[in-house]
Amino acid sequence: MSEAGDSPTPLLEFRGINTHYGAVHILKDVDLAIYPGELVCLLGGNASGKSTTLKTLLGMVTPTTGEVVLDGEVVNDKPTSYRVERGVTMVPENRRLFKRLTVKENLELGAYLRNDDDVESDLERIYEMFPRVKERLNQKSGTLSGGEQQMVAVGRALMAKPRVLLMDEPSMGLAPALVQTNFELIQQIHEEGVAIFMVEQNANMALSIADRGWVLQSGRVVLDDSAEALLTNPELRASYLGDGNR
Amino acid sequence: MSVNMNTDEAVVLASARGAFDQDWRKVANWGLICAFALIFVSLTDMPDKLDKRVIVEPLLSMGYLSLIWIPIALGNLVTREVVLEGMTQHKKGVRELVAGLSVGAIGGAGLALLIWLLDTRDLSDPLVNWNDALLEVLSFGEGVGYGAIFWILASAGLGLAGGALHVLPTTANRLLFAISLTIVLAASLESALDDISEGFRLEWLFEALFEKKGGLSVQGAIILAVFAIAWVLVLGGQAKRGRAAVTARRELSPTKVNTVGLAIIAVAAVVLPMFLGRLTNDLFTNVGLFLLLALGLNIVVGLAGILDLGYVAFFAVGGYTAAIMTSPTSPGLSPELPWWVAIFVVVFMAIVAGLFIGAPVIRMRGDYLAIVTLGFGEIIRLTVRSDWASGFTGGAQGILSIPGADIVGVATVKGTDPQQVLYLVIGFVAIAIYVSWRLENSRIGRAWMAVREDESVAEAMGINTVNSKLQAFVVGAILASFSGAIFAAKVGSVFESSFKILVSIVILVIVIVGGMGRIAGVAAGALVLVGILGGPNQPGLLAEFSEFKLLIYGALLIWMMLKRPEGLIPNVRRSRELHQEEFLQDAWLKAQANDDDDEAASGEVAPA
Repeated sequence: MSEAGDSPTPLLEFRGINTHYGAVHILKDVDLAIYPGELVCLLGGNASGKSTTLKTLLGMVTPTTGEVVLDGEVVNDKPTSYRVERGVTMVPENRRLFKRLTVKENLELGAYLRNDDDVESDLERIYEMFPRVKERLNQKSGTLSGGEQQMVAVGRALMAKPRVLLMDEPSMGLAPALVQTNFELIQQIHEEGVAIFMVEQNANMALSIADRGWVLQSGRVVLDDSAEALLTNPELRASYLGDGNR
Repeated sequence: MSVNMNTDEAVVLASARGAFDQDWRKVANWGLICAFALIFVSLTDMPDKLDKRVIVEPLLSMGYLSLIWIPIALGNLVTREVVLEGMTQHKKGVRELVAGLSVGAIGGAGLALLIWLLDTRDLSDPLVNWNDALLEVLSFGEGVGYGAIFWILASAGLGLAGGALHVLPTTANRLLFAISLTIVLAASLESALDDISEGFRLEWLFEALFEKKGGLSVQGAIILAVFAIAWVLVLGGQAKRGRAAVTARRELSPTKVNTVGLAIIAVAAVVLPMFLGRLTNDLFTNVGLFLLLALGLNIVVGLAGILDLGYVAFFAVGGYTAAIMTSPTSPGLSPELPWWVAIFVVVFMAIVAGLFIGAPVIRMRGDYLAIVTLGFGEIIRLTVRSDWASGFTGGAQGILSIPGADIVGVATVKGTDPQQVLYLVIGFVAIAIYVSWRLENSRIGRAWMAVREDESVAEAMGINTVNSKLQAFVVGAILASFSGAIFAAKVGSVFESSFKILVSIVILVIVIVGGMGRIAGVAAGALVLVGILGGPNQPGLLAEFSEFKLLIYGALLIWMMLKRPEGLIPNVRRSRELHQEEFLQDAWLKAQANDDDDEAASGEVAPA
């Protein structure tokens, strides 16, 4: 499909994952693979299992059957911290900053599990990337505007030195003008070599920057193709993209 | 009683409004509130019970004070306006006076009605304080008519005075506030001042101010008033400037410690107990014991965000462990360890109890967690009392003859010597403050705060939320067990009745009133609540108030939640957040004004 697909081992992989919340069957035999450095997106309607996919990848939800594989190792029973340490990081839906903590404290918490000496220099890198953030370091993050909060949320995730960034609805709740900037930011991070797995409602825009995409419907992967192919897929156009969708 | 809004230059001062240009509905509402408050306070029997506690000898007692502040405060509040930017503020004048007068008069009429009813009806069945003694106090023993007319006039006059505070210049307001605060505070602290003056050989000063039978003398009140005026006029400006400087510095570097202040406190903690008498030492010991508990709970609730309503359980664990380990008469197990060895057992038991209670509780969130901790608090106490455990704990008989605390090689602290116990408490409080402060600024502390803010995201950042919450629980348990162990050595006996749920509530109130998450705030809360009003079983300075302690706690808590949710000594950051709405409103109004200007200038609508 895509060139990244040729690389031998996926960074993060789902093998026949089934997830239940109580008796409710959420994910049904889901297979996914994210290769190093790729930008992929997961599309799907409400309650199709997108967020559960992310939580299962990060280990906050344990699958009933199937394997979550990180770097070729089955990590089903490993805690979230184990996966974060190995480069899986999430930018949660609606940014969810620690609102009463300062911007700096938020960023430092992103590096919570790191004990290398590069934390300071990485902070500097974040400030370079987002000069606005540097101006507000000692301000409480809850007082920032939506766009600034997004910067801090992304900065916080980057502080964990991720190899793959899981992004849950990155453009949700942002002003239309900011959505474009946000996607540019995602592309920029991607160009620096971080793999990105993004769950997004804004299908047109997500697919326009992604390499590959999956479509999830009631917990089942119904489409798995390159981004260009998905963009022109008549079925998908009818159900999600529609016409005039920003 | 009230703080006048300073009139900003941006605020337009319009001309004063007429006397009858009132919002009469509002006046009537506040008047009714005034009447209800007066009747309610009367029926709690405060005027009668506190009449013996005199403030200024022939003039004023705490009993009457419990009534007269109401018309003053409400007469002032009725015309209070919150001034936001862009609002027109009218000049204060006769309108405010009339409103205050009316509110006071309506309130006084309510009280007059009560006096009449007290005389003619007998409602003593549901209202236990409905009796002749109350009537006697309210009517000054001069008959119903006299009492009724007196209160209508007096209350109207007080309401007028409350309204007049709006009209008086700010300096006068500040002076009046300082004078009343000084006098009431001096009268409240009477017994402590008596005690302290002996230690400092200042009996002559005390005798100059206070009457022998209690209360300030008139000349004493005048001396204090002059002192207060001098204080405000000479030092007021400087104090304000100093405070502004401190606040500014704290905003720049929130974690920096004021070394000078700390040194002063440290010296005072070492030197002061030598000059204090028995009573004050004992008082400070109680404050210290509760401060130790509150510091522990502050870590659990304030930092980690775990609302633990059964915190007394760890206090009980500390007290009982120390008792069993040291007392020669403890039933069952009686190793008679020296206290300093027993303290290690206490810490061990606190850790065990913290893990035992924490492990099941910590997996819950919010309300469920609070209710389960509430249950565990009682479970520990009931277990101690049960037949099953009474072989070790003595059941309802408790454990007696606990020797004092001996500190290896240094001294033996006898429970009967309050000064020694105070030093012991100060030592442990110092440890607790140091530990709290270090933890707050550590990696663990940051993890706690992240968990408090958003547990799922904290988990997604790789924080082991279960572990860090358990750590908070255990640290809190250890601090509480220290307090329990000192408590056992101080009192010399432990009974399960000392560990009732009320203790948990009082500790929580201290933390909330003082200012959650802030060490200085917790200390202020412990000093005010336990020192002045008294702990659950410990008398405070206002011993006469013990009956009304819980009422005042509750009222204080409600008032704090409404008006000052950040606590007495707030965390600067937290206070800014809680008052964010007001700031935002101001900012929004300003932005609106700017936008309007911009649009008018450019005639162009900016893209969304």
